[in-house]
Amino acid sequence: MNGFFKSSIGRKVAMALSAFFLMFFLLQHLAINLLSVFSPELFNEVSHFMGTNPLVQFALQPVLIFGVVFHFIMGFILELKNKKANGVAYAKNNGAANSSWVSRNMIWSGVAILAFIILHFIDFWFPEINTKFIKGDWSGTMAGVEGYRYYEELIHKFVNPIRVGAYVLAFVFLGLHLAHGFTSAFQSMGGTAGRKKTLQTLGKAYSILVPLGFVFVALYHFFNH
Amino acid sequence: MDLTLKIWRQKDSNAKGQMVDYKVTEISEHMSFLEMMDVLNEQLVNSGEEPVAFDHDCREGICGMCSLYINGEAHGPDRGVTTCQLHMRMFKDGDTITIEPWRAAAFPVIKDLVVDRMSFERIQHAGGYISVNTSGNTQDANSLPISKHAADEAMDAATCIGCGACVATCKNSSAMLFVGAKVSQYALLPQGQVEAADRVKNMVAQMDLEGFGNCTNTGACEVECPKGISLDNIARMNRELMKAALK
Amino acid sequence: MALDSKVPKGPIKDKWTDYKNHIDLVNPANKRHIDIIVVGTGLAGGSAAATLAELGYNVKAFAYQDSPRRAHSIAAQGGINAAKNYQGDGDSTYRLFYDTVKGGDYRSREANVYRLAEVSANIIDQCVAQGVPFARDYGGLLDNRSFGGVLVSRTFYAKGQTGQQLLLGAYSAMNRQIARGKIEMFNRHEMLDVVKVDGKARGIIARNLITGEIERHSAHAVVIATGGYGNVYFLSTNAMGSNATAAWKIHKKGAYFANPCYTQIHPTCIPRSGDYQSKLTLMSESLRNDGRIWVPAKIEDAKAIQQGKLKPTEIAEADRDYYLERRYPAFGNLVPRDVASRAAKERCDAGFGVNATGEAVYLDFAAAIERYGKEQAKIHNIENASAQKIYDLGQAIVEAKYGNLFQMYEKIVDENPYKTPMMIYPATHYTMGGVWVDYNLMTTVEGLYCIGEANFSDHGANRLGASALMQGLADGYFVLPYTIGDYLSGDIRTGKISTETKEFEEAEKEVKDRIDFFVNNKGTKSVDYFHKKLGKVMWDKVGMARNAKGLTEAMAEIKAIREEFWKEVKVPGSKDEMNPELEKAGRVADFLELGELFAKDALTREESCGGHFREESAELDGPQKGEAKRNDEDFAFVSAWEYKGEPADAVLHKEELEFKDIELKQRSYK
Repeated sequence: MNGFFKSSIGRKVAMALSAFFLMFFLLQHLAINLLSVFSPELFNEVSHFMGTNPLVQFALQPVLIFGVVFHFIMGFILELKNKKANGVAYAKNNGAANSSWVSRNMIWSGVAILAFIILHFIDFWFPEINTKFIKGDWSGTMAGVEGYRYYEELIHKFVNPIRVGAYVLAFVFLGLHLAHGFTSAFQSMGGTAGRKKTLQTLGKAYSILVPLGFVFVALYHFFNH
Repeated sequence: MDLTLKIWRQKDSNAKGQMVDYKVTEISEHMSFLEMMDVLNEQLVNSGEEPVAFDHDCREGICGMCSLYINGEAHGPDRGVTTCQLHMRMFKDGDTITIEPWRAAAFPVIKDLVVDRMSFERIQHAGGYISVNTSGNTQDANSLPISKHAADEAMDAATCIGCGACVATCKNSSAMLFVGAKVSQYALLPQGQVEAADRVKNMVAQMDLEGFGNCTNTGACEVECPKGISLDNIARMNRELMKAALK
Repeated sequence: MALDSKVPKGPIKDKWTDYKNHIDLVNPANKRHIDIIVVGTGLAGGSAAATLAELGYNVKAFAYQDSPRRAHSIAAQGGINAAKNYQGDGDSTYRLFYDTVKGGDYRSREANVYRLAEVSANIIDQCVAQGVPFARDYGGLLDNRSFGGVLVSRTFYAKGQTGQQLLLGAYSAMNRQIARGKIEMFNRHEMLDVVKVDGKARGIIARNLITGEIERHSAHAVVIATGGYGNVYFLSTNAMGSNATAAWKIHKKGAYFANPCYTQIHPTCIPRSGDYQSKLTLMSESLRNDGRIWVPAKIEDAKAIQQGKLKPTEIAEADRDYYLERRYPAFGNLVPRDVASRAAKERCDAGFGVNATGEAVYLDFAAAIERYGKEQAKIHNIENASAQKIYDLGQAIVEAKYGNLFQMYEKIVDENPYKTPMMIYPATHYTMGGVWVDYNLMTTVEGLYCIGEANFSDHGANRLGASALMQGLADGYFVLPYTIGDYLSGDIRTGKISTETKEFEEAEKEVKDRIDFFVNNKGTKSVDYFHKKLGKVMWDKVGMARNAKGLTEAMAEIKAIREEFWKEVKVPGSKDEMNPELEKAGRVADFLELGELFAKDALTREESCGGHFREESAELDGPQKGEAKRNDEDFAFVSAWEYKGEPADAVLHKEELEFKDIELKQRSYK
């Protein structure tokens, strides 16, 4: 493995591996979110488990954070390296003739997603950390709410139409990012030969359905509460 | 037809270049693009100006010498052709055509539209061969049957003409299609598999050293490649390198 | 100087083996102290450079393009011959030898051709080991196709890009040696003269085409592998940069130039479309395996087609003249190239040509599509297949075989050759003539070798299809690396050759003076103007059919163009930079001399043989009426010309050709 991850292909593979991890995480996240539509109780149960289980909190969560940070930093590093490889810019360049807009603008959809994640951290994650680690409250309850607090908190986030709008927009960008990213990750891992069609179909399905699922949850709560 | 040409002029590798406008008239639609350039150059010579330098040789789409970025696309708007096979019937009377050299840090401009592709050469030196002596004392050609499928796929990879359109068109100036094609050709054949791991490592290392960018799988190279070299070759190279790294 | 071909004694089948067993070799330790310059890195030069370096010599290789991979060998489409007899159809070394000598109209040196046939099988083994992806059948074994002028299937191929794959094979072998430091590669360099010291070739003067710098390079031997001189016609299937400068410069320094009039006009090229045309594109001869060549049988139909009033598909079967099948029933559409070309010219001259210029004939695949379609229907058990179904099945087969050629045609002509017949016309393609060499491939200058298309050796007066690749690789991989050792064994104590001598100085000055002349001459006409003018004279008077009157005129006209060139040529730009016009000027200056010698050679050869057709020498009656008539009594020799200043003053030396193993016969393909 000596030097593999320093090579251009090694970096691609690293990007792809972190992408696979993040895509898996998204599925898991979406599954839990969807529970909030069908069963607030179950949603609360699972949320409490995820929020208090030591394995999740102290092993998986750091890995996730590392994955997210790695994917972003590597993305930016690669972008800078690629810019350097370009030399003088073309006076006229017709990129649309040979490639999709999404594939050429992963960095911008990525930046949009990053902005959303920062917002998301401020919204959910920092208060969670504050509650658990600063205040030391691991009960999962809050005053005035029967049972666990998670569902109540969730629906409160989707009241402000501007916030919901921003949330929906972020997932549009995520969809765009995945529209190229899904198959691209497989290609980087050397997996497309002979299975191109299947992967393209899967990629299309994933990049539409997953963001749509998140948007659905948000809009559902916005219109129902 | 009458045309306006916007052409990159640059005296030598150190000079600063610029786009210059020219007019050509009475261009036949049956001319090849380079024949149109010949008309321009004849015109320039006759008026005492220096003709536009551009690389070209076989003019039948196989030597890989010609290399123009025409209206924002490598080898121009047609598909499956090199610039010398591009015909003027792809353009209309009164069109303005922008003509630039390949752009990539690893392809510095030598003069006008001519670029230096020695980086490609050095990648080939790093491993673009099978280490067999040319003594002629090899085994009989038919003593090693090779499946038609593998032979055909190797052939498809081997049709690369090394023109550099893939790099020129890639938003990251990546050379992965070029390198992937060579790695694939040999990786698909039993003769080449013996030293496959070293080959892919060395060629990729040299590619990185030359300053080519990273592949982000946009697929633009495959579309603009005059020989239709498939992206699968890049995937195969990725696999080969992973395999080599795990060895 | 008397010409000594140095053909070894003994029976023809043992000559090469015995010879190899007895020549002097250079031991591995001494090879490290010997330098060899190889100019040109196509199939011959590339394979020679790789092999010499592998043997241990220090090789300096020169190419005018930016990579050896771009040499024009890359454009060869159809295939490479080898006497492997994999098809079990009766092929053998002798048969390949016989076919090549006969195909060359008995004007080649028997011993060389036999050796070529002998090593041909090795080439295939070698290339497969190098990873050349030849076409294979479903059993995994190598596939073959047949080519013109022979009765067996011995042509190996890689789609329609055989030359490309073989060149990339040689290129990969070079890369291995470049990586090892045994080949020093000089890309974008052009050799402008050879340097002789004490009568031996000891180096070259080259121009760096990027900086314009004039460089001296020394070596113990110099190998010229710079290809043919077909561009003397301006329009040819050669690359734009293909030139005769290296060959011509060594001719001026003492290497005899042999048989310049033997030039192959290839029958299947895409016809010219206008005056702006810069080159002609070949369609592989392999197309004649399945395509049928015809013109309208009625002159009124031909006229209507020329005026665009009639389409070829509208002409009934009975009104078509499949003239090759009519004239040559035994070989039909697969007659050798010279015969096919002349037959096309004969029909077009008679007014039956089929495009606006009247200079084209049809190559029709409709019959092949139908034949393959029916075959496929049978294979797939489709009963009562509709005409459309048969067409579709057949088209798929034709596409698999020739798809890339059909696509190339469509891109150039803008017509779909599956639906309407292709138009083709002969064009200059290959030059059998070239620098005279002996059995060792050495020229008349000691230590100066010439290989591949640049020499004259193996194809006589006409080359068979798929034999150029064979000769280039045979020379480079298997012949020269041995024979050169015999010469270099005398040089093991010579030590490094200095470039600081008066010989190098003089040669460099000559080169610089000429360049200075070009950039300083305030002429009025571009280089291309003269090149086109030369090309027109060559095509009209020294083309497919030649006569004494035309050739005499051609000599005078070329001389006049040359004189005008030296007064009026205009070269913009300076000498100290990349200057394509300056490069062209030097090359055209040499073509203007070579063209005259070419015409002179054609004038003195008062017979028809192979690619050289003298109208005065044709069969007047009998079954062969109108066919070329060879004159073995008076012309069974190689014409080797010695330079004496003006091309018209060149002195003829004859190498008599002996045929001990093959009986001389009138070539008949009827």
